Amino acid sequence: MITATQSSEKYSEIFDQFGSRTAAQPHWLQTLRKEAFARFAETGFPTTRDEDWRFTNISAVSNTAFELAGIERVSKEQLMPLGISGFATQLVFINGLFSEKLSTLATYGKGVKVASLAAQLASDPASVEPHLGKYLNLQRDAFCALNTAFVEDGIYISVPQGVVVEEPIYALYVTVPGATPQMNHPRNLIVAEKNSQVTVVEDYVSLGDGVTFSNAATELIAGDNASVQHYMIVREGEGSNNFSTLRIQQGRSANVATHSLLLGGSLIRNNVHPVLAGEGSECLINGLFMANGRQHMDNYMLVEHASPHCDSRQFYNGILNGNSHGVFHGRIIVHKDAQKTDAKQTNRNLLLSDDAQIDTKPQLEIYADDVKCTHGATIGQFDDSALFYLRSRGLPESSARHLLLLAFANECLDRMHSTQVRDHLEKLVVGALPEAAKFIGKRSAEGAERNLEEVG
Amino acid sequence: MSLLEIKNLHANVNSNEILKGIDLTVNPGEVHSIMGPNGSGKSTLAQVLARRESYDVTDGSITFAGKDLLEMKAEDAACEGLFMAFQYPVEIPGISNAYFLRAALNAIRKYRGEDEMDAMDFLPLLKEKMRLLEMDERFLNRPVNEGFSGGEKKRNEIVQMAVLEPKLAVLDETDSGLDIDALKIVAKGVNAMRNKNRSMILVTHYQRLLDYIVPDFVHVLVNGRIVKSGGPELALELEQKGYSWTESELAGARR
Repeated sequence: MITATQSSEKYSEIFDQFGSRTAAQPHWLQTLRKEAFARFAETGFPTTRDEDWRFTNISAVSNTAFELAGIERVSKEQLMPLGISGFATQLVFINGLFSEKLSTLATYGKGVKVASLAAQLASDPASVEPHLGKYLNLQRDAFCALNTAFVEDGIYISVPQGVVVEEPIYALYVTVPGATPQMNHPRNLIVAEKNSQVTVVEDYVSLGDGVTFSNAATELIAGDNASVQHYMIVREGEGSNNFSTLRIQQGRSANVATHSLLLGGSLIRNNVHPVLAGEGSECLINGLFMANGRQHMDNYMLVEHASPHCDSRQFYNGILNGNSHGVFHGRIIVHKDAQKTDAKQTNRNLLLSDDAQIDTKPQLEIYADDVKCTHGATIGQFDDSALFYLRSRGLPESSARHLLLLAFANECLDRMHSTQVRDHLEKLVVGALPEAAKFIGKRSAEGAERNLEEVG
Repeated sequence: MSLLEIKNLHANVNSNEILKGIDLTVNPGEVHSIMGPNGSGKSTLAQVLARRESYDVTDGSITFAGKDLLEMKAEDAACEGLFMAFQYPVEIPGISNAYFLRAALNAIRKYRGEDEMDAMDFLPLLKEKMRLLEMDERFLNRPVNEGFSGGEKKRNEIVQMAVLEPKLAVLDETDSGLDIDALKIVAKGVNAMRNKNRSMILVTHYQRLLDYIVPDFVHVLVNGRIVKSGGPELALELEQKGYSWTESELAGARR
């Protein structure tokens, strides 16, 4: 356990050392990083007294002395069990740093640029400068400030006007736990210009269960009429703390879909923050979180409607087992000029054990007068009549429950556009289910009793 | 040997006695119709046969294919060859019709010690049964019953029955809410499945169904008891005279 002051000193020390590692970065970036660090040092980590962090205690991060992770040697064989299947472009990052050896980059032409951020900063910093750090809230968000202070590498994707990139661009972030707690800060920049189209997948994994802290941030800029699909997968090891922020900036009539799948990690905070800045833009915010054991998964949605005639759709499904704790915080802000806003939010949760917990909180702030905003949340156990229906067709109770879980997960998977990515995610979900099904098997007798009580 | 033998069956729902001593014997290949007014216990009987746990059997016995049905869970009864077409089929978003039905068929095959069927073999079978019920192939990949019309749901029940090939099919008000065209399609599907080994129990409120699926026996259920049994002509008599006729006859018999 370390105190707040110690923590702050420790981070200063690491930040100073980091300066020598990034001495070649352009001046504007060094300034941005220094300002971000100064802001982080000023605010420190949030606590549960902060309304945005009410349900999530982050002492596992704030009280641990993390070292900045360094270069690790990882072989292709080590990545095999992760089950990544044939994406034309696969960017692999080890502890946040690009590995050329492990990556495959397709050739695109038409001015499309897919690279590591470090390489892009070295070769063409002027392409990065107009966007990097312009959208994240560095003043109020300590984790974004910390990430920005340690900007070094991540994905850089730029799709020029009118260009359609058909194949998904896949990025794998591998955290390799060390003997002592380690952290990394992946930073991604995706720029889809007017009328362009692109699909991006971020997949966060660990090789081991040691204590780690992954603090990722992505800025996604969708220009006028651009269409962007973004997928976020978190399946790190048991000792991992995964914090991420996806900040989306949408132009006029831009269409963005974000899909999150949270499976593995001890403490996960998933921030999704789209700003519908251009008139007539649309955003789908789709997610599935499946927690077990003592996992904590916090989904913080902040959807800002800043222009008229924009639609946002939030659908998050949670499956909580064991002693796990889920959070869904769905905040919608409709700014004064955003008339004819149509915002919808649905959070559905399945609690599979008596000790699992969910906090779900809608928060609507509406400053326009002609808007449609709806929200709904459900927390429940299995639907009895569905269970009986399946069993009456011959499925054993454990299989019937398994199938209903898959059905619940499929509601989210079915909203995904890319079949290739969907197949990848479905495999991960099915792989995560048997554990839950085993647990359910043990509970079946107890569950049946409870159902009878309800009926009687 | 009879396929189904119900003796002195008493059952409660929410501590209210609904079935008050049912006796019924169904032999292989026979089609029995159980008719009765609302609240007579028709659907309760169907649910008890399908082994819904919330229906509490307080007395009596049911033997199905030589085994004690009341000892079976819903899935065991299904695997032994009992099928109930639901009055209100349940919607299951997120699972396709084809996936669900193959999982069900394989659970039954596994129970019987048969090999599981892969998707390649299963799909042609399912498509054939769907054609019989005049269901479009797009229903293959639609989530189970989700967004189906009332008639589509009922037809989907019969498709399931055709795939699972039960020894005994219990059709719980399968005709309710169907227009005449849909009723004819359902009846065609059901009739195609009649054979000397397969038995059926048609639970219905209306005689209309029996114009298309002609039963061997008709039983009238009133207030938890079978008050009258006869051949198909009984259904017509009921249609003309109404259920009050049997009720008054029952009252007369008691006196």
